[in-house]
Amino acid sequence: MAAESGVAAEACVGQVVLPGDLLLLPAHPDEDGERLRLGTGTAPRGRLLCGPGLRRCGAGLLVTKCGLLRHRQAGSGPAAGGVYWVDSQQKRYVPVKGDHVIGIVTAKAGDVFKLDVGGSEQASLSYLAFEGATKRNRPNVQVGDLIYGQFLVANKDMEPEMVCIDSNGRSTGMGIIGQDGFLFKVSLGLIRKLLAPKCEIIQELSQLYPFELVLGMNGRIWVKAKTVQQTLIIVNILEACEYMTAEQRKQALAKLSGN
Amino acid sequence: MKATPLSNCERRFLLRAIEERKRLDGRQCYDYRNVRISFGVDYGCCIVELGKTRVLAQVSCELVPPKANRPTEGILFFNLELSPMAAPGFEPGRQTELLVRVNRLIERCLRNSKCIDTESLCVVAGEKVWQIRLDLHLLNHDGNIVDAASIAGIVALCHFRRPDVSVQGEEVTVYTPEERDPVPLSIHHMPICVSFAFFHQGTYLLVDPSEREERVMDGVLVIAMNKHQEICTIQSSGGIMLVKDQVLRCSKITAVKVAEMTELIQKALENDQKARKEGGKFGFAESIPNQKITAFKMESAAVDTNNLEEQAEEIITKADPPAEVFTNPILHTPGTAQIGEGIENSWGELEESEREEVVEEEDESEAAGFEDQKMETEETSTVEKTKNEPIVLSDSEEEEVVILEPQEPPKRTRTQTSSKQENTSKKTFNKRRRKKRAAY
Repeated sequence: MAAESGVAAEACVGQVVLPGDLLLLPAHPDEDGERLRLGTGTAPRGRLLCGPGLRRCGAGLLVTKCGLLRHRQAGSGPAAGGVYWVDSQQKRYVPVKGDHVIGIVTAKAGDVFKLDVGGSEQASLSYLAFEGATKRNRPNVQVGDLIYGQFLVANKDMEPEMVCIDSNGRSTGMGIIGQDGFLFKVSLGLIRKLLAPKCEIIQELSQLYPFELVLGMNGRIWVKAKTVQQTLIIVNILEACEYMTAEQRKQALAKLSGN
Repeated sequence: MKATPLSNCERRFLLRAIEERKRLDGRQCYDYRNVRISFGVDYGCCIVELGKTRVLAQVSCELVPPKANRPTEGILFFNLELSPMAAPGFEPGRQTELLVRVNRLIERCLRNSKCIDTESLCVVAGEKVWQIRLDLHLLNHDGNIVDAASIAGIVALCHFRRPDVSVQGEEVTVYTPEERDPVPLSIHHMPICVSFAFFHQGTYLLVDPSEREERVMDGVLVIAMNKHQEICTIQSSGGIMLVKDQVLRCSKITAVKVAEMTELIQKALENDQKARKEGGKFGFAESIPNQKITAFKMESAAVDTNNLEEQAEEIITKADPPAEVFTNPILHTPGTAQIGEGIENSWGELEESEREEVVEEEDESEAAGFEDQKMETEETSTVEKTKNEPIVLSDSEEEEVVILEPQEPPKRTRTQTSSKQENTSKKTFNKRRRKKRAAY
């Protein structure tokens, strides 16, 4: 393989990177005794987090998805070094451990439910993985129901497994999603935008009508408002948010709230 | 791959919405989605987009010996394929019931209606006839494959040109397109299919069902009709029981829809013909817009965006130069200022085709444009008016006195016009178009 000259990772932040690009991590001067210096041939350890779209490779990071490179300083202290990740546009979901997703129950096979999460494989969910579920007290799950849960196991070699409780046994909002409301699909980038803290879109929408909203990292959103019309409006706005600028959205919402 | 299953809550919601006569994209019960027809460089190649459903049609011809029992007629061959890129549930090489049904419908619609004159395809009786082959590929499945495929099929057949042939005694000469202009097929009429989806045991009916609606429907009725109101094919599937007057009502609706669709097709064919004759650019590279994931652009249900590029070019060349920007507002009283002069209300003159709305809800965008117009009416003016002339205030409803903070809003509107070129947002571009029209 021809030796590729890597580019310094810091120089590429905010620019488009393509799969196959090699990003060299800066070698820190040895001021702080706790910082690890990059040795020749040894992979950097510890302090630097490698986010989605990047993979560690030798002396640097190998880009595996095309998109914009982002970086965030984690702050001072022993865990400094920050995070690098690639912001990419994607609609097809790949299960990742720890992600909270909305799944549709497709089959009940004995003790286990099979869920469709939009990935290549169906995820399995044990009936005991609900809060307060015992062998006698089974959860009431039918085929076609919606479940909000998180991935316990998700890698490319095994079938993904989901649970609806966290490590302490509490549900923290996960479980079967109610009967009404509507489910629709958007791109993964929009979901991440909506999940950001203090998301403007959600704040503006909440001024309109009261509604319930569940966001799954697999691109699925469940919305429920008081009437069908209100639900449809929220669905259409969220789908359109993908393409609208902030001004256009404000105008659209202003018109609606004026109604 | 398996298709994504339909969850119970989606099904319940859709049925409830239909009971309240609401559709997901805001259409009315009898509304069609946007139809866009674009032609390729070759004759007989076209892509039809019905909302997000896309079908590619290609017609080709070949000289073959005729069938034994019909020695003087040409041969027609129709084939529709569901490409795996259309939906996750489609697999190549698997004959699903949907595929068989759609193929049969298209065949009956185009072959049994005798819309193509097969006698004219005969070259030498009993020996050589033209075989016309229509291939349809479904590129994206968002519901109502039958309608999109039938439109694509008939448009491609009308667009197609076969090589010219001359027979002298025993000799048959087939001319290349360079030697003699290719000849169009002889088409008597244009049958178009219209689908009706039924819900709640036939109580509610929707025209042009989208993919979600198709999943919850009880059954579907397809009527193929031409603009002379002759029914070419009628088929009901799904096992619904239909009453006589329901079928009659559907056929009346079909007549209306087919008339509109035929007009659209004629216009599209004419535009393409004109573009080719005048040496303008034609083909998919011109007519299918660039779709970038970073571009802020969205289609809405209420807009006819057929041949938008041509219309846009026309409008831009005919438009007046952009209005002068007045940098100093006239201060009437502290806190109240006016920039430029007001003008006549030209809202009613706006044609449907130019109103490109970004948000799907019609009301939202109308009012969004409304607000924008309100802010910008103050700014537009005819070219040579100066500040010192008496200010003509039109009695348009949109004009209101805009209370401005000194200096700030003028800056905002100014930057909008000056950054026209950089702004990639199509919506603001269209708003500027509207503004230009308002300046007439």
